[in-house]
Amino acid sequence: MTIKTYRQALHDTLRAEMLRDENVFLMGEEIGVFEGSYKITAGLLAEFGDRRVKDTPIAEEGFTGAAIGAAMLGLRPVVEIMTINFSLLALDQIVNHAAKIYGMFGGQAKVPLVIRTPGGGGQQLGATHSQNIELYYAFVPGMKVVAPSTPADAKALLLAAIRDDDPVLFLENLALYNTKGEVPDDDTPAEIGKAKITREGHDLTLIGYSRMAYIAKNVAETLAESEGLDIEVIDLMSLRPLDRETLVNSVKKTHAAVVLEDDWLTYGIGAEIAATISDGAFDYLDAPVRRVAMAEVPMPYSKVLESAAMPTNDDVVNAIFQTLEAVGRRLKKVGQSHD
Amino acid sequence: MTDNALTKAKATVKKAPAKKAVAKKATVKKTPARQPAAKKVDGAQLVKFYRDMMLIRRFEERAARAYTEALIGGYCHLNLGEEAAVVGLMSALRETDYLFTNYREHGYALMRGIDPNRAMAELYGRVDGVSKGWGGSMHMFDMTHRLLGGYGIVGGQLPLATGAALAIQYRGLDEVVMCTMGDGTANIGAFHESLNIAALWNLPVVFVVINNGLGMGTTVAKASAEPEIYKRASSYAMAAERVDGLDPILVHEAAQRAIASARAGKPFLLEVVSERLRGHSVVDPAKYRSAEEVAHLAQFDPVPSLAARLIKEKILTAAEVHKIDEEETGRADAADAFAQASAQPDVSTLFDYNYATPVPNDSRRLPGEPLFAVTARPEVSR
Repeated sequence: MTIKTYRQALHDTLRAEMLRDENVFLMGEEIGVFEGSYKITAGLLAEFGDRRVKDTPIAEEGFTGAAIGAAMLGLRPVVEIMTINFSLLALDQIVNHAAKIYGMFGGQAKVPLVIRTPGGGGQQLGATHSQNIELYYAFVPGMKVVAPSTPADAKALLLAAIRDDDPVLFLENLALYNTKGEVPDDDTPAEIGKAKITREGHDLTLIGYSRMAYIAKNVAETLAESEGLDIEVIDLMSLRPLDRETLVNSVKKTHAAVVLEDDWLTYGIGAEIAATISDGAFDYLDAPVRRVAMAEVPMPYSKVLESAAMPTNDDVVNAIFQTLEAVGRRLKKVGQSHD
Repeated sequence: MTDNALTKAKATVKKAPAKKAVAKKATVKKTPARQPAAKKVDGAQLVKFYRDMMLIRRFEERAARAYTEALIGGYCHLNLGEEAAVVGLMSALRETDYLFTNYREHGYALMRGIDPNRAMAELYGRVDGVSKGWGGSMHMFDMTHRLLGGYGIVGGQLPLATGAALAIQYRGLDEVVMCTMGDGTANIGAFHESLNIAALWNLPVVFVVINNGLGMGTTVAKASAEPEIYKRASSYAMAAERVDGLDPILVHEAAQRAIASARAGKPFLLEVVSERLRGHSVVDPAKYRSAEEVAHLAQFDPVPSLAARLIKEKILTAAEVHKIDEEETGRADAADAFAQASAQPDVSTLFDYNYATPVPNDSRRLPGEPLFAVTARPEVSR
């Protein structure tokens, strides 16, 4: 184990995979000479040269599509899209091509492509640079979408994504880059399509991914200490495929769930989670599934307004308390422990 | 574009009188008069071209009939009128070169060496189809013949082709990618992004615009501020040429020049001026064309014009020309019979191509199935 930042874990994994496999190469805007907008690729151009680390023009559709074409011929490109907001410019290539090519041609061509891109707000970047639109990709069969919340998972999921033969959207988060954690020294990839129970508990299931999985874990630990609550935390890790079984089994045990998401609530990832729990654990629920999500506005620039629009730890705590109160009423018990 | 390339390109363009006022800006294209190729024509090659063009012609006519009889579904875009362009282009590629094309690709698939039976079976959506019934008319694909796809989204194939050329360069191979498209594609963003990247990185790719004068019902003059599309290459310092697409020899020679350039690391834009003899797709009656224009089209049909040339130049007799027609009609009919006899895909194969790398929790739910089995209300202890 080594203590690393999320950023360092990504950097070290990219470098190791490039050393391991000659077919792995990087493409993106400003990843070489400039060393990446968020410095994930720092030093890699100097080490590997411009054949393996390709600075591209500002042409998301063009270079993402080129990566798909290169992948069809057996290379393993890892594309950096500076933020997920700009991936909209490559939407046709991702949705209509990367996600379709394997199935549409009857399995004759694989697309071993990774698109690394950060989402997230909270940096006062305004409406067009603060979105969480991973849902657009998680919606599409043929795609795989993963979203690590810790440095260790960043490494394990990036290893899995690079070694996978399908297009993988690898969601990073601006707020996580500087977070630290223990990272295993061995190269064991995560299993794409599996959620992870990051804290076991019996009182309620708290579900999140990326930044919100990080917050979920922190809130659960705080409430265990301050309130004696025993909350189970699930980090989705993979948005497509979605590990519905783990969610449903947890709620069968806890009888209540709160879903955290950084995206907008309406039609969001949380809606899919809530529907899944309703389908699989309806008779086990003692309260409606509660969702905590961003306010439905374009993200404002003003720090005050931005903070108001984004889910906070307090929002999560309140949602947990309100859900447990609902559970208490329904069971004709009083949830005094947290009052 | 270098000055030399521009001069050469201009020299290739044949001027013809305006067909009608609305096409004024695009009058540089279209001429029914065939210029004999400068060098002595290779008779055997011309006969081969004729046979290939006739196969495409009869295959497409057979496909149109099956479509009209509702035996094949979806959309069905035909290469009728473009046979000389298709044959001239495809004959210039090596077997190891790659082709990316659009949804009007049946003829290209045949010329890449794909068995007409498998191409027709794809139109019928059967298991023997070139894409196993998953692609249909617009999405034929065969890795062994290096047809890397027909693509249904206008312009979608351009970034992909650019990337395939990048992979060739990455590996230091001597292969070339050809990427064909229609005239309408020149107006989409992917055209600009792809040509820029290809030129910037010296990628071995030839972009070919088949300019048949119409993007669905919109004339090139109404859609392109610069209707002489090859000139767009100058924005990318890319060599370009415009060629008469009704003569397979001229197209073949132009394609050879373009491919040689790409193989040497200089991507190329080739504009092939062609004709679309019918509507955009089988069901399009093409009401946007005047009766006069449609009648005029017959002169631009490359198949009878090559037949006449073969006879006139005493390369073949009329009887021999007729025999080729009969043989290729027979192949098209046989392809249709093969396709009709080919099995429908089994529904159990619906999820066979979800992912290349299998992962847990991949959905295999049919529309009527619940996510979780509905069971009797359980006794829950809390």
